[in-house]
Amino acid sequence: MERVITANWHVEQAYTLSVYQQHGGFKSLKKVFGMERGAVVPELIKSNLRGRGGAGFPVGAKWSFLPKGTDVPKYLVVNADEGEPGTFKDRFIMERDPHRLMEGCIIAGFTLGLKAAYIYVRGELVLATRRMEAAIAELYATGLLGKNILGSGLDFDIYVHRGAGAYICGEETALIESLEGKTGQPRLKPPFPAVVGVFGCPTVVNNVESIACVPLVIERGAEWWSAQGSEKNGGPKIVQVSGKVKRPGTYEVPNGISLRDVVFSDLYGGGPLDGRTIRGVIPGGTSCPVLRADQLDVKHDFDALKEKPFETMAGTSGVIVMDDTVCVVRIAARIARFYHHESCGQCTPCREGMGWVSKILDRIEAGGAKRAEVDQLLDIVNNIRGNTICPFGDAVGMSIGAYLRQFPEEFIAHVEQGRCTYPAW
Amino acid sequence: MFNPNATDIDGPILFSPENEKELDTLLQRYPYKRAALLPVLYMAQAQFGWLSPGVMAYVAQRLELPEGKVLQVASFYTMFDKKPAGRHKIEVCTSVPCCMMGGFAVVRHISEQLGIGVGETTADGRVTLLEAECLAGCGYAPLLQVNGEFHENLTPERIDALLATLR
Ligand code: FES
Repeated sequence: MERVITANWHVEQAYTLSVYQQHGGFKSLKKVFGMERGAVVPELIKSNLRGRGGAGFPVGAKWSFLPKGTDVPKYLVVNADEGEPGTFKDRFIMERDPHRLMEGCIIAGFTLGLKAAYIYVRGELVLATRRMEAAIAELYATGLLGKNILGSGLDFDIYVHRGAGAYICGEETALIESLEGKTGQPRLKPPFPAVVGVFGCPTVVNNVESIACVPLVIERGAEWWSAQGSEKNGGPKIVQVSGKVKRPGTYEVPNGISLRDVVFSDLYGGGPLDGRTIRGVIPGGTSCPVLRADQLDVKHDFDALKEKPFETMAGTSGVIVMDDTVCVVRIAARIARFYHHESCGQCTPCREGMGWVSKILDRIEAGGAKRAEVDQLLDIVNNIRGNTICPFGDAVGMSIGAYLRQFPEEFIAHVEQGRCTYPAW
Repeated sequence: MFNPNATDIDGPILFSPENEKELDTLLQRYPYKRAALLPVLYMAQAQFGWLSPGVMAYVAQRLELPEGKVLQVASFYTMFDKKPAGRHKIEVCTSVPCCMMGGFAVVRHISEQLGIGVGETTADGRVTLLEAECLAGCGYAPLLQVNGEFHENLTPERIDALLATLR
């Protein structure tokens, strides 16, 4: 399929302004400068561009929530805190095509009358940070950032802000707290960031891929974009395949491609390693409930994956594949350890519950648990779910709960045999 | 009270002239001083090697924040060193999916080669070994980062070659 979002990934030095411009860069911004300010949001709405950070909220609608005509400054915050296990796409946009992200930011700035964009980048992503800083410096030097950009009357700045190692900062309100110099503890909503966001001002928070898609929607037109995907989910997207497949990596696909194709097609995941069979697939990063190998005939799409009997999420499109050598109990235990470590500690059900869940899962995996503890586990995760400030608790409940629901026999086998029979890591 | 001659790191705790300039730039990015705390902590860590109590007190004074706030923030985020680290920080990803692709074997191999456990630093202060959560490179597992650079699709030979370059 034609590469659109990732078109520049294999172009030498596309991270420089001159090469980016040679490949059509900043044409969309110029087009937007010639459009009515109010015309961009309806175009985005029509395109069915949905957020690519996990929740899949429509980008145009999100932009439209920002109050108009206020005197207080308004901001864009780009969530570049890529850290959902299984996800590795935003890093490449930032490293290889940073100007596309910047172009999207400036279009948002013009359309929504913003003062500045803050790109909150994961602290570990050093090259991505360096490339973005270099890109921003080039833009100031050529009048594409700063005062009166290209004579449009727009004054706009972009700043890169590094996170410092905290998964929870990927949650938008925790990210905002962190950007204000505090610990990353999610806020109660409402008020939503569109009303009270960073520095107390109206803020729109979007994922890197979402913003990088904005210039492409403008370039190709909303009709083209919406025709690429499934019904309510427009455009191509980047899936990432990892784990036990022949061809792990990132692939640009149409929204709504079947999950089986992502895993098995020779264009994408390439299927299981020789002599192995696939046992389970996580469709969009480890907070999404796992599917069994017989459940892959479903569209990889926000809405389709939510339906029964799948009841999972498309998340970040980070597809993680497990084969028959992988112990799913151990995977659940590893994910629980991650959540326990990354809980911000604000809500008791999550802070305490995740510790218990992690301990019980470790005990089941080691073969030292009683049957009753398997049921107890489900009880605890169901009590975390829905009882926390942020979606972290729900993700924990849903993802850990899914291992128990999808693979009950594995848990029972560990208890009955008093050990794990899979090869050690 | 803050003492520029505190002895928890070598030398006086004062930002270098370049960092003073950088501090001015950083403060202009945000509507108020406190928001610059993360970048200023990074800057302090780069200059002084780690965030000693004296360094944190200095940052608090410069940003007009209570010392407790600075300590709270420095403790919340894992990338701030509250004790001295080695010259090279190796972080091996052991998240799902890397863990099923040999992430822990990489940790064991490095641990054996260097004779240190996870979270420890070699006696000569050369290398600190850490486990990391997903580093956004899952398709190229197993992988590690050293000093912010990625090394992917690791094999024992590649790890040994890499270790030999860390002086
Ligand atoms: S799990 Fe190791 S890089 Fe993502």
